[in-house]
Amino acid sequence: MRVKIEKRLDIPRSLVILLPLVAVLIAFAISGVLIAITGANPFIAYAMMWKGAFGTTYSLSETIVRSIPLMLAGLGVGIAAYAKLWNIGGEGQIVMGAFAASGLALFYPDLPRPVLIGGMMMLGFLAGGLWAVIAALPRIYMGINEIITTMMFNFIAGFWVKYIVQGPWRDPVLVAFPFTAQFDKVAWLPKYFGTRIHLGLVVALISALIVTLLLFRSKWGFELRVIGGSLKAADYAGINVKRSLMLAMLLSGGLAGLAGMTEVTGILHRLQDGIAAGAGFSAFILVALANGNPFGIIVTGFLLGALLTGGTTAQTMGVPPQIADILQGLILFFALASTFFTRYRVWIDRSEAVSATVKSGD
Amino acid sequence: MAQNRDDGSQLLIEMRDIVKRFPGVLANDGTNLTLRRGEIHALLGENGAGKSTLMNILSGLYKPDSGEIYVDGEKQEFGSARDALLAGIGMVHQHFCLVDIFSAAENVTLGMAAPRVHLNMADVEEEVGELGRKYNLGIDPHARIWQLSVGEQQRVEILKLLYRDAHVLILDEPTSVLTPQESDELSVTLRRMADSGRGILYISHRLAEVCAIADRVTIIRGGRNIATLELEEIDEERVANLMLGAEVSPLVNVDCSKEPGDVILEIEGLNVMSDRGLSAVSDANIIVRAGQIVGLAGVAGNGQRELADAIAGLHEIDSGEIKILGNLVTGKRAREIINAGVSLIPEDRTGTGLVSSLSVTENAILRGYWNSRFSGRILINWDEVGMHTQKLVEDFNVKTPHTDEEVWKLSGGNQQRLLLAREMTSEPPVIVASHPTSGLDVQAAMDVHNLLIEQRDRGAAILVISEDLEELMTLSDQIIVIYDGRVTEPIAGEDADRAELGLLMMGSGVKEKV
Repeated sequence: MRVKIEKRLDIPRSLVILLPLVAVLIAFAISGVLIAITGANPFIAYAMMWKGAFGTTYSLSETIVRSIPLMLAGLGVGIAAYAKLWNIGGEGQIVMGAFAASGLALFYPDLPRPVLIGGMMMLGFLAGGLWAVIAALPRIYMGINEIITTMMFNFIAGFWVKYIVQGPWRDPVLVAFPFTAQFDKVAWLPKYFGTRIHLGLVVALISALIVTLLLFRSKWGFELRVIGGSLKAADYAGINVKRSLMLAMLLSGGLAGLAGMTEVTGILHRLQDGIAAGAGFSAFILVALANGNPFGIIVTGFLLGALLTGGTTAQTMGVPPQIADILQGLILFFALASTFFTRYRVWIDRSEAVSATVKSGD
Repeated sequence: MAQNRDDGSQLLIEMRDIVKRFPGVLANDGTNLTLRRGEIHALLGENGAGKSTLMNILSGLYKPDSGEIYVDGEKQEFGSARDALLAGIGMVHQHFCLVDIFSAAENVTLGMAAPRVHLNMADVEEEVGELGRKYNLGIDPHARIWQLSVGEQQRVEILKLLYRDAHVLILDEPTSVLTPQESDELSVTLRRMADSGRGILYISHRLAEVCAIADRVTIIRGGRNIATLELEEIDEERVANLMLGAEVSPLVNVDCSKEPGDVILEIEGLNVMSDRGLSAVSDANIIVRAGQIVGLAGVAGNGQRELADAIAGLHEIDSGEIKILGNLVTGKRAREIINAGVSLIPEDRTGTGLVSSLSVTENAILRGYWNSRFSGRILINWDEVGMHTQKLVEDFNVKTPHTDEEVWKLSGGNQQRLLLAREMTSEPPVIVASHPTSGLDVQAAMDVHNLLIEQRDRGAAILVISEDLEELMTLSDQIIVIYDGRVTEPIAGEDADRAELGLLMMGSGVKEKV
């Protein structure tokens, strides 16, 4: 008896849906064991998480609020992935987007509201986008691995904002805290339904639509997918590869920058340290589970938002809040591992002759 | 040589009623094959006939759905390539499995169980050198793989098997990557290995070569063994008929009655450097007229790729001029040269010519999606593209379940038909076709030739780059030879002489002229 692995010649459609679900289930099972080790009942903990994420109108709205930056950052990672660019710099781009938007809110609060909010969006997008483009220049011109450069830029952006909020832009009243003064109300994003759900949700949904149109309907999206398929073919088609990649990074970082902008103007109303909160990394989970599909990313973003919100609630019954983080990690791990099964068929071979062969060959 | 005949107990290998099914394809449909001790046994068949699958089963890579394999009269079942190797069966694949930065000797010993702890490379190197001398496989055991030529790398692959004491060696189209000279060397090696009692299985679709080297030939068609011929029964015409299952019609009708027209492609004093900064094309002068096919003969690596890429604007030009329809295109971008009417059929079909992860539809507009017919300023009109693709697929007989199918799922012949369809449908004035039939079966190659002739007859200026003299002599109105980056004067197609061209390709003659 022996486990056999064979390459699939055709990928069944059902597997694309089924495997991520199985991956998530396995992740929940394993972290259930971890919860049990901490002394809590995993079933009750999961029930609490469910209630915390979807139980009331309030919890559902908090789930949505939590998922907005995840969706935007996820769309950013997704668009670059079509060109086989891995933008690990979402964290830094979120921070830079938030930083640029905060600058406008802090120093030009007298602008008319539509101009101010529109301007913050543009600045947030551009700051995140340019931060990504700069990090990707060594890749585009010298072939240096962008995973390293974009990731390193996270630290630069992180420490830059840390310095800004503790130094030059520190809140003049609450001087002991690492954040800026609160923005004028005019710079707050409009909220809906009497909840904290803000304009960022609309931005995320429109972004998903635009990303879909760009990738699958536009010339540039076609070029990007050709580049992702084969660089040599892109040259052969006369595609300006450098320009396309630069644009991909601008959009990728820009969407992350928007995530930062909506977070500071929609929720926090001030710039502070640590606002990215891992969304730039979690983005990869969304993309992997959604198989790169933009509206799939909206769905997986919502689900991950639920997981994080539920994880916060579960704390109240003594489950460590880190369980939600561990779950995230496990889901990504199994989601990536599951792609193996879309490409290969695995079965158990029960014929006994194989071992006989090995003996006779010895 | 082939001493043992028709005695079942003397068979090294016997494969009985092998069946192997892939999703949608029956690759082997009850195939039988025997291999005698000391013989070179050729497997002939078109692409997709099931030769490679059969050999992958014998070497343990695939497991047959049913059927039996006997080695030295003993029934065997292989769970992996390692099992097959333990039973003495090894295979040299078309794409080598070597570690570039390791030495030849390191590659030879890589993956062997013994010795467990201390590896004495000096011993391995000596043994590898010894084996090399014995079987005419001279290589430097210390040399790194990346420093070796393709022919030398193939020797390392064979040495790997000999070092493991394989007595059945399977070679998958071994000469497709070799120069004629290297091919001759290889046949000496194969004969020596056979004389030492080993059995050689040799996959090919080059008739002439098989007739020259094999002791027996098994012809495979549609997953079945159609016939096995002894040496004295082999003749080219008969083998070709068995392979195709029908009388082979003459390849194409070359119509020499038409006078060639105006000069369309003009290359003057062209110099191109290779990627490594060495001279790849030196002082080349080529003229192709409307309604003319010029064949560029030469052994791969003599500057053909750089020349083709330079014409298409994919490779920088050092000096010289390229004119299309009298307009200078030197230094222009690839896109501008496409728009000027130059079609290129690259030799690397699925890596360059097509994007294998994209659909047939998307590939159909790879080199024209910017045309106003297919797109506006920003958006692509996929409805229009879909109709265009449907027509392309029908007109050029590309077999695909639907136009949204990803290209990697198509057979090699259909991929090439799609590529040609895209490059020819706009009726470009210039077509550069690089190794247009390499790896294609006889029928698909014939289709490609007919397409090229059709394009010539409507007035295209065509440059066909190939290593296959047969192909060039059938197709070309004129033949030029490239050797070491230098091209000869054109020779009219009807005056071309195989032996003379062969000599020019090997570099004798060019030097005298200079």
